[in-house]
Amino acid sequence: MIWIDTLAQGILLGGLYALFAAGLSLVFGIMRLVNLAHGDFIVMAAYLILLLVTLMGLSPFVAAIIAAPVMFGIGWGLQKHLLNRTLGNDILPPLLVTFGLSIALQNALLEGFSADSQRLPTGAISTASIDLGVLTVGVLPLLTFGSAIAVIVGLNQLFYRTELGRAFRATSDDATTASLMGIRPGNIFAIATAIAMLVVTLAALYLGMRSNFDPNIGPARLIYAFQAVIIGGLGSLWGTLAGGIIIGLAQTVGAAVNPEWQILAGHVAFLIVLLVRPRGLFPRAVD
Amino acid sequence: MSLLTTKGLTAHYGDFQALFGVDIALNQGETIAIIGANGAGKTTLMRSLSGVLRNAPEMITLEGQAIGGMSADQILPLGLAMVPEGRKLFPSLSVEENLLIGTYGRKVDGYWNLQTIYELFPILAERRNNPGTALSGGQQQMVAIGRALMSNPKVLLCDEISLGLAPVVIKDIYAAVPKIQESGASLIVVEQDVGQAMKVADRVYCMMEGRVTLEGTPASLSRDDIHAAYFGVSA
Repeated sequence: MIWIDTLAQGILLGGLYALFAAGLSLVFGIMRLVNLAHGDFIVMAAYLILLLVTLMGLSPFVAAIIAAPVMFGIGWGLQKHLLNRTLGNDILPPLLVTFGLSIALQNALLEGFSADSQRLPTGAISTASIDLGVLTVGVLPLLTFGSAIAVIVGLNQLFYRTELGRAFRATSDDATTASLMGIRPGNIFAIATAIAMLVVTLAALYLGMRSNFDPNIGPARLIYAFQAVIIGGLGSLWGTLAGGIIIGLAQTVGAAVNPEWQILAGHVAFLIVLLVRPRGLFPRAVD
Repeated sequence: MSLLTTKGLTAHYGDFQALFGVDIALNQGETIAIIGANGAGKTTLMRSLSGVLRNAPEMITLEGQAIGGMSADQILPLGLAMVPEGRKLFPSLSVEENLLIGTYGRKVDGYWNLQTIYELFPILAERRNNPGTALSGGQQQMVAIGRALMSNPKVLLCDEISLGLAPVVIKDIYAAVPKIQESGASLIVVEQDVGQAMKVADRVYCMMEGRVTLEGTPASLSRDDIHAAYFGVSA
């Protein structure tokens, strides 16, 4: 019985990791850019939500709705005016610039909010649970997982059912030929990063409601997100969800065996997948 | 006034100069062919015209507007579309999506739409849901031409549309050219296949080593003229 519970918790935790990873996966899938500051942007969004909650007395959910367009704008501007300049045949400049951005963000958050751990006030929802007979699951983890599914479904619809999605895929295939179709790759990239920041805001909401956060936890969130993306296969959104679930499951099972093994078990699972399927579980055919 | 002109067009790849003062003119409703050997600068000329390579603004004019300094995505809406060398279909897109992307972000009026493209190339309608790259070379070329036509361009650039295709397939592709001409588009066709170029073109430019070495109507040019302009030596 306890194992069923552990497995359920692991899968639900995977939803949170998938939310961490979906934005990263989206950006990587379209422009082959690994944003090393991705985790720090999640933390930054969490502080933005916290600020709105404390200053205006809003519920975290309402605060996230207000924070989302702000993050969308930040993502657009960041890509348009900074990251687009780093894209090219050399993969090093975007890595260096986002690495620098990560350090700068952490320090700015440290200056602004101190190193104290923070948490978003959640009210009754953090302890609410649903009894499913064989096991009981928390409402918040369930909501997180449901949001992750909704994000993946939504992004897939965007990718495969809309004109913007066609432009995303075409630009990802061949930016020069896409420009011959009247598509401006720089704008497509800016929209993609802006959308990724919407997902980041959602990830930040659940991160802040489920656990403590401080300015320094960004890089670890990046690692989980990156592992989820790699396990799933670069550029596959459903693969990213699967990757998140695998990391979540491994961590929860590891913790059940020995609490010290939680983080390690996630990394071991990542290594095993890399050994067996170096290109991930659902690699894109055209890479 | 010509529809599209270049004046003293030069182009560089880093330190390497690929075009040395190229002057061409395309008149309304006309089809011109650019012939020449490998490395003559034909594709560089196409890349300059379409905005993939940037030039000084006044070097290229479209309907009197200087477009030499514009990027490809700025030039396309002005009415100049290109079928790039090597077809360059988007592998992640189906045949129909490849066609639709030709009108990205714009509503265009004109003769060409999905239906008229499928009438021009009926095989594409049957294969509309296949990935673009799952098609044969000739069919891929049809998609690439259809994709460019979807924007209803005033000028259509066709870069080496016969390259790597079997003669019977080339005949099928070129059978579409008169219909494209009838729709009102003016064409610039780049070809290594001189015979094919002569058949569809009103005028021919021959290029060698980044310069125009010969210009004239197909009827006015002798085999020897072309041979000399093409290879730099008389036959």
